[in-house]
Amino acid sequence: MTAPEPMLHPELLASDDAEAIVRDGRRLDHAEAASKPLRPRPEPQPRGAEAHGRRPIDQAEAAARFIAAPAHEMMHDERLWDLRQKRDREMHGIDEWEELRELAAAIKEHALTRLDEYLEQFEANARTNGVHVHWAKDTAEHNRIVHGILQDHGAKSLIKSKSMLTEECGFRPYMASVGIDVVETDLGERIQQLDNEDPSHVVVPAVHKLRTDVAEVFARTIGTDPDNSDVHYLAKAQRQATRPLILAADAGMTGCNFAVAETGSVVVCTNEGNADLSANVPKLHIASIGIEKIIPRLDDLAVFVRLLSRSALGSPITQYTSHFRGPREGGEMHFVLVDNGRSDRLGMEEFWTSLKCIRCGACMNTCPVYRRSGGLSYGATYSGPIGLIIDPTFNAHKYSNLPFASTLNGSCSNVCPVKINIHEQIYAWRRELVKRHEVPLAKRVAMKAAGELLSHPAAYRAAIAAADTALAHLPRFVIYNGLNAWGRHREVPHPPKETFHGWYQANRGAKE
Amino acid sequence: MRIGLFIPCYIDAFFPEVGVATLELLERLGHEVIYPGDQTCCAQPMANSGFNAECADTEALFVRNFAGFDYVVAPSGSCVHHVRDNFDAIEQTAEVREVRARTYELVEFLHDILKVEAFPWARFPHRVGLHNSCGTLRRLKHATPSELHEPFYSKPLDVLSKVEGIEFVTPARPDECCGFGGTFSVFEEVVSTEMGYDKVSDHARAGAEYIVSADSSCLMHQQGCAERIGVPIKFIHIAQILNGASA
Repeated sequence: MTAPEPMLHPELLASDDAEAIVRDGRRLDHAEAASKPLRPRPEPQPRGAEAHGRRPIDQAEAAARFIAAPAHEMMHDERLWDLRQKRDREMHGIDEWEELRELAAAIKEHALTRLDEYLEQFEANARTNGVHVHWAKDTAEHNRIVHGILQDHGAKSLIKSKSMLTEECGFRPYMASVGIDVVETDLGERIQQLDNEDPSHVVVPAVHKLRTDVAEVFARTIGTDPDNSDVHYLAKAQRQATRPLILAADAGMTGCNFAVAETGSVVVCTNEGNADLSANVPKLHIASIGIEKIIPRLDDLAVFVRLLSRSALGSPITQYTSHFRGPREGGEMHFVLVDNGRSDRLGMEEFWTSLKCIRCGACMNTCPVYRRSGGLSYGATYSGPIGLIIDPTFNAHKYSNLPFASTLNGSCSNVCPVKINIHEQIYAWRRELVKRHEVPLAKRVAMKAAGELLSHPAAYRAAIAAADTALAHLPRFVIYNGLNAWGRHREVPHPPKETFHGWYQANRGAKE
Repeated sequence: MRIGLFIPCYIDAFFPEVGVATLELLERLGHEVIYPGDQTCCAQPMANSGFNAECADTEALFVRNFAGFDYVVAPSGSCVHHVRDNFDAIEQTAEVREVRARTYELVEFLHDILKVEAFPWARFPHRVGLHNSCGTLRRLKHATPSELHEPFYSKPLDVLSKVEGIEFVTPARPDECCGFGGTFSVFEEVVSTEMGYDKVSDHARAGAEYIVSADSSCLMHQQGCAERIGVPIKFIHIAQILNGASA
């Protein structure tokens, strides 16, 4: 056994600062005679995809802007690749890893195919435990229900832990519109909230930010020194700014990693203990739960707990695995079970298994496109490979470009702890979008022409007979928009003297 | 054994030497190799973009060209992946299923079917970095992908190890995608080329003189990227090394 590495929040990990001055093991940022030389302004943070009315999100455009900020792109790629490597190390420590994945996938598939039964069991057990259970068919209903609960208690402020479901619901903007203060307690999510930006990753929401970006946000919002981007300083300042808000909050909210049917309890996994603060400091606890989070038994949880953090961050387990079963004395607990399209997805033959997702983010960490694009380039709640197959179920038109933001390399499916065939579903979504006429006309015309040319040998031969005509035709039929996009950032292939076909005719023609 | 030689469109037009090496190699190994003259493509370019209906006529043409051979062999993992795993725009008659099942990528054909023990004519005294394309690695299962907890194996390394003088270097991210991805290479050209730059730089840092692969399409993309950013590295298809190319 090797000693565990000191735990530092992965979003704040950064490469060593060569200019840092360290004395007696402590870093001196403002010591007299140790001030840093003046430096040029740090690279500004590239922002995410831009919305243009009803036009589909242009992921490629936003990704290009991310890459045009090399300090961000390199940091992002390396930081997430580091998580992927740590995941691999953890995997190699467990002989039955592949068996665990099989088991996790089977449990999830079992639960999803009997979702109605398990949800009713969960509801009945939760009620027995003294929990109020609500059902929301969509995001608007979720937000109204939560608002209603808060009104009943006269609550004006809410602290919450991170929840992708509440991102789906546009929860913070809704609460702002009804005059309720929401404070995110997860560090990364808080950074994003203060910067008025969506999370870019399901586990590490601010992973696309350099610490200089965080310093800029905190300087603007909580009054830190704009020139101090020391991670410990920033983390401490944020804690000091947020703790009083936590202590004064009227209500607390968490998401849910697993909802256990046989106990009627919800399980929340965090590294900062912030879910416990959110749930336990105020007397009112509301948990927002996607209906696909159901697992049948407490025993099943063991399988997922072994997989979740290893897949997500390459750590054996999250620092906190908190079980919430019922309200404490004098308190109240509410579960809001949210559908928001999940029942419809369950009915989609090719895509229903995407509901197995446990939101570990391993597919994002391994995805070479995601690592170089940044999560905000997807312009959707869910980014990366899992986003490519979930987002179009919410809006096939708006997210019609996303399934094309993939090389179909398949690494995502291999790291997925619940064995979702992500890359095959990306491929299936491309077919589905063509069927629904959700691809641009130019591409449709080009592909039709390609199909014509490639099915007529004589026309095909004429098109690529000579090297220069091959250069003109081949990329155009293989790749619909020709040499422009090929040659902008890389050289075109060097045309040979003759095609293989020509060589064969000349050298082996008699054999044919 | 009658082998139908499938030379995909990219190789036909831009890398004829790869087709020639594949043909000569299979002939050296004592097999009758026939190149059906009316072949064009496997239909992957349309399929990869979601246009399955547009694949039908090209897939039918492929079957007309390659029905009746003992094996169909191609020096391209991604095309073989399409034929074997996604070639479903046409009715799956017994003949279609037969052609699909008999289609092999060159390395797996040498390794699994012919079980070739030696390439006495081959000598390649160079440091090479092996690039397993994602199609060969994760679909055709040429080797253990780094994501899975499986005993290590690698068909391309097994085969290449039989070449005299060859020396392998290992990049830091051995099975990271190079960013070609078919239509992705132009649909997301900035991300695609960024991935390509990273890939060729990784091999160069590991000390590779050559990047060797069973897929010319990845090599074409990587070569374009290397030339653009000035990484002095050469590219060669595995068929050429096995057929005795000296450099």
